[in-house]
Amino acid sequence: MAMAESVYVAGAFEHPTREAPDKSTMQLHAEVAAGALEDAGLEKADVDGYFTAGVPEYESGLSPLIMADYLGLDPSYADTTDFGGSSYVSHVGHAASAIRDGRCDVALVTLAGRPRSRGQATGSGARDIRTVQDSFERVYGATNVGMYGMAAQRHMHEHGTTSEQLAEIRAAASHHAQYNEHAMYREPVSVEDVVESRVVADPLHLLDCCVISDGGGALLVVSEDVRSELDRECVEVLGFGEAIGHHDAGRIDLTRTAAEQSGSRAFEEAGLGPEHVDYASIYDSFTITVLEAIEDLGFCAKGDGGSFVEGGTLRAPDGELPFNTDGGGLCSNHPANRGGMTKVIEAVRQLRNEANPEVQVDADVALAHGTGGSIGTRHGAATVVLGREAP
Amino acid sequence: MSWEPRPVPEPNPETERYWAAAASGELLVRECLDCGLVYHYPRSLCPDCFSENVEWREASGGGEVYSYSIARAISGWPEADLPLVLAYVELDDGPRLMTNVDADPEDVEIGTRVDVRFVDTDASDVAVPVFTPVDD
Ligand SMILES: [Zn+2]
Repeated sequence: MAMAESVYVAGAFEHPTREAPDKSTMQLHAEVAAGALEDAGLEKADVDGYFTAGVPEYESGLSPLIMADYLGLDPSYADTTDFGGSSYVSHVGHAASAIRDGRCDVALVTLAGRPRSRGQATGSGARDIRTVQDSFERVYGATNVGMYGMAAQRHMHEHGTTSEQLAEIRAAASHHAQYNEHAMYREPVSVEDVVESRVVADPLHLLDCCVISDGGGALLVVSEDVRSELDRECVEVLGFGEAIGHHDAGRIDLTRTAAEQSGSRAFEEAGLGPEHVDYASIYDSFTITVLEAIEDLGFCAKGDGGSFVEGGTLRAPDGELPFNTDGGGLCSNHPANRGGMTKVIEAVRQLRNEANPEVQVDADVALAHGTGGSIGTRHGAATVVLGREAP
Repeated sequence: MSWEPRPVPEPNPETERYWAAAASGELLVRECLDCGLVYHYPRSLCPDCFSENVEWREASGGGEVYSYSIARAISGWPEADLPLVLAYVELDDGPRLMTNVDADPEDVEIGTRVDVRFVDTDASDVAVPVFTPVDD
């Protein structure tokens, strides 16, 4: 089999805002697109592929048309896969496939949203009944935090995981966020701070939950030919995998996620394993989201996540598995309640030596993993393995 | 007692019998006569083998708590229903289903034995299954 064409992330841009009451969501899409183009050294006219997920504020289901119209794009390829927060990790993989198929050469991925300005609160319950599943879930007050709370409760029951072990995930993220001038919460917190914060949905505390922020981000994924004409340091897409986890007709296992499948698919394509990963961006809607993904991606055995994260494992620069060095969704940014975009962006920063200096890791291989939807009902998992270019 | 003002299930052609059965005091599950799968929520084609040879079956109504979480606040939720125990109950008939356990949160643990009961809604052909701990 011939070697697959190399595909690169050439541009990455995270909007510095965390609260944007005076901007429209589409304006944020445009601003992050312009930011990524400037980062890569490309022009808007170079874009021939466009990737975005739903635009939650508009709910029209026509997001590719709305957004191409607004942004003035004429793509030969478009993809609006919507897995919730993991979508943007999927878009990187889908863009790589489209580029290898010759469908496009410069793929733009954008995300933006303003849940903070629109007044969404942690634990707020969605009450609308739309899908058949809503009648079996939302009528019972199934909030996102409640469903992740059930996952944490079951993980604790089966594996002896403790609130303190979950809290270490937040503490490590806050250790990193103190160096990020744009982070929503820069104050380092301790394990005690987390377990003493108010319980939102047993056993999850307020500080087990991600921030609610306005903002967005964009990526440019490009072909080998385009990459060869750029001066910018790029990051190679080495492997990608995705999977969907769901009720399984009533056999749902709240302790496992589809990261088992997405991760092994990504590692197989990359010809690498978890032991090769120097830095990991791991989706952190809640601390339990991180813990289960760490196990499912193979960084430790199922059930050992609690003891794995103890002792500074996740803390950059010296931990065994430095994670979310921007502070992640737990402390820095969770634009549009969708954290997959910022996961890829921080992994790109690490491989370009552009992370904040105190948390810069000596990394040749980075992983970004997204968990979209809810592990309490149905979720998308997407994993991308990225590599530093050979000098 | 009525379920409202909480959100109310919206029956569709595949699920109306489930909700109507609940209104007459029966919890139904679906059983595939080809592959044997007993499943929830109701679908006309078996989600394992796509057979249309599926029947309704009355569940025993008993089960145990697979997992749970306690909500202290949900925007728009009636105060009288808080704290709310959100749970997955594993039915003795097999499937795990999302529900509420109508009990003092102190009395709910993983493994707690529960039995179904039904809360009426303003619609005469829709009731909502919830569970209560069994005295042992
Ligand atoms: Zn079947």
